[in-house]
Amino acid sequence: MQILKFITAGSVDDGKSTLIGRLLYDSKAVSHDILHTLERQSKNKQGNEIDLSLLTDGLRAEREQGITIDVAYKYFNTPRRKFIIADAPGHVQYTRNMVTGASNADLAIILIDARQGVVEQTHRHSLVAALMGIPHLAVAVNKMDLVGYDEQTFYRIAADYQKLVQSLRIPEVTFIPVSALAGDNIVDKSPNMPWYTGKTLLDHLETVEVSENNAAEEARFQVQYVIRPGTDELHDYRGYAGSLRSGHLAVGDKIRVLPVDIVSTVKAIEYNQQEVLEAGPLQPIVLHLEDDIDISRGDTFVKIGETAPATTQDIELDLCWMSERALQTGDRYLLRHNSTTVKAIVREIYHRTDVHTFEQHPTDTLKLNDIARVRLRTSKPLVFDAYQHNRNTGGLILINENTFDTVAAGMLLPVHPEEAPAAEFAI
Amino acid sequence: MSKHLDYLDHLEAQAIYILREVAGQFERPALLFSGGKDSITLVKLAEKAFRPGKFPFPLVHVDTGHNFPEVLAYRDRLAAQLGEQLIVRKVEDTIKRQGLKDGTGKYPSRNALQTYTLLETIEEFEFDACIGGARRDEEKARAKERIFSIRDEFGGWDPKRQRPELWDIYNGAIRKGENVRVFPISNWTELDVWNYIRRENIELPEIYFSHSRDCVVTPTGQLLAITEHIRLDPEDETTVRDVRFRTVGDATCTAAVESPAITIDDIISEIISTKVSERGATRLDDRLSEAAMEDRKKNGYF
Repeated sequence: MQILKFITAGSVDDGKSTLIGRLLYDSKAVSHDILHTLERQSKNKQGNEIDLSLLTDGLRAEREQGITIDVAYKYFNTPRRKFIIADAPGHVQYTRNMVTGASNADLAIILIDARQGVVEQTHRHSLVAALMGIPHLAVAVNKMDLVGYDEQTFYRIAADYQKLVQSLRIPEVTFIPVSALAGDNIVDKSPNMPWYTGKTLLDHLETVEVSENNAAEEARFQVQYVIRPGTDELHDYRGYAGSLRSGHLAVGDKIRVLPVDIVSTVKAIEYNQQEVLEAGPLQPIVLHLEDDIDISRGDTFVKIGETAPATTQDIELDLCWMSERALQTGDRYLLRHNSTTVKAIVREIYHRTDVHTFEQHPTDTLKLNDIARVRLRTSKPLVFDAYQHNRNTGGLILINENTFDTVAAGMLLPVHPEEAPAAEFAI
Repeated sequence: MSKHLDYLDHLEAQAIYILREVAGQFERPALLFSGGKDSITLVKLAEKAFRPGKFPFPLVHVDTGHNFPEVLAYRDRLAAQLGEQLIVRKVEDTIKRQGLKDGTGKYPSRNALQTYTLLETIEEFEFDACIGGARRDEEKARAKERIFSIRDEFGGWDPKRQRPELWDIYNGAIRKGENVRVFPISNWTELDVWNYIRRENIELPEIYFSHSRDCVVTPTGQLLAITEHIRLDPEDETTVRDVRFRTVGDATCTAAVESPAITIDDIISEIISTKVSERGATRLDDRLSEAAMEDRKKNGYF
């Protein structure tokens, strides 16, 4: 069994909460006592039926104001998969929250109201999905019951959407006509839309391929912690604990330690407290090297013979700015890239991207929820791959030096121009 | 995710990654150990993260004084087996020291009081990070919790001031006086924990399995173990039932469920077929109000 992590993106009235509620309800992930509470709350709101959207409303502060504050995580499973939903709210803070939820998502469900078609918000949601490199997009054309389950409406919206995302780096789009409220094509196939022969939403979520969500095959290992028991019987034990961010490593592989640039050989690999001959992507392991080198947390091991990562102090990246306090050229921040923390200074803001028109505007300051392309200089070299190539080694965050708040998500761009994304893409 | 890792491997990998980040980012972390299955799972994960080295943190138990003796015995046995440091701090002592009012009523809960002891302990040892076994599927307020959750010097949680958490890049930087609660098994569900316990063959306190016990039936129909900590009145309905505990907490507010389950396989089939949520079935404290957990967390509760 595998895990699928997905987010849902929609405007306030697109029925996003109802859709998630429907998935949880129809897949029987909701227990009796929670349903009971729900019935009581639905009555408070003068509804006759159970209000499925209440399943995702969390805090009292939110219920009182009828909004969702932050990303909430929901879980359900079917015999085929375990699902983790990051539910981000649809108000002003939305870009920031969607970026947060999207950073770990394998798939995004973009909700479109069948009566409205593609709207301004759809542009923003799609831009964020592209920016965050989400491998799969499912466009759920919702409220089909309110347009008489009309086939033409569905295909017109699908065509409009295809046109919209032409300028974005969107991998794969699946369109599904649904009614979250009535339950059409969510879990069960809708008798109201015999013209639709594709999968239901749940069927799609259960079967979409997730094993190749990170295209990168190069071995990237970053040291999180050095294990040195220092006991008599383990006097010389020195193990480098960390995860393979991508690729494979085997005993005997020649490796290079970056950024210090020292060469060594893998002597042993421990996984699950046992010695193994090789390890694969995301496995938490302990590595031992043939040579006694001074290695510390944050150092990266790569395999000699494979494409090397970038190692540089001058980086270009796309940023999503998440703070109320604006970013300006010359500002300094802490930069955390996986297990490394360095200082960074903003050298240049190339442009800001309008999330609705995808147009690029010159600017010298970034405000909350802005998406922009910038150049930074770091205090020490960073070892990374381009985010669009490797999501596990190409993302970073910026941290305010005084409050230590996380103020930006950064997606690193390729260093070499020949690897740059084709010019026709806005993101 | 790699096609080589199944979903339990994936959850395990994430948790180990988080534990190692704690070790790398903090100077004085601690693992909060309750003797429940979730914190027992954390200990197993810590072994996988740090062996053959020692844990880079002690185990800390906040003893409410209302614990089941089986759980305390298990706790001491486990700490001895592991050879790791165990710090125990008692709510009883905090009550005396701070002149607090103990819980009253028929089923006096020390749930709110244990927050005081926790905060005292954090101050005493200057812990900058406390690892806990909370899961997002337990409760609505937990669903909004970050994996690294920043608390102010009063231990308070402000849902509006949480840091965005991107990818698996965890920002544990804090100002003096603040501390971080870390939840490595945030993304696990109750069933995931049980499946993992089965796969790893993890020993649990015996009260998780069916046993015969004297219980009192509460007005809401729940079964509460008869212990020295609750008051029995003549009109109370008492009964002897085959029960087990789905969660292990304070004996005065953790209800038992009737169950014949004597093996982990039995328990897993029971959970799959059951229709009541974990906290709903067993926690008296969360029923107080719809926002009970939200309020307790804002005041420094786990």
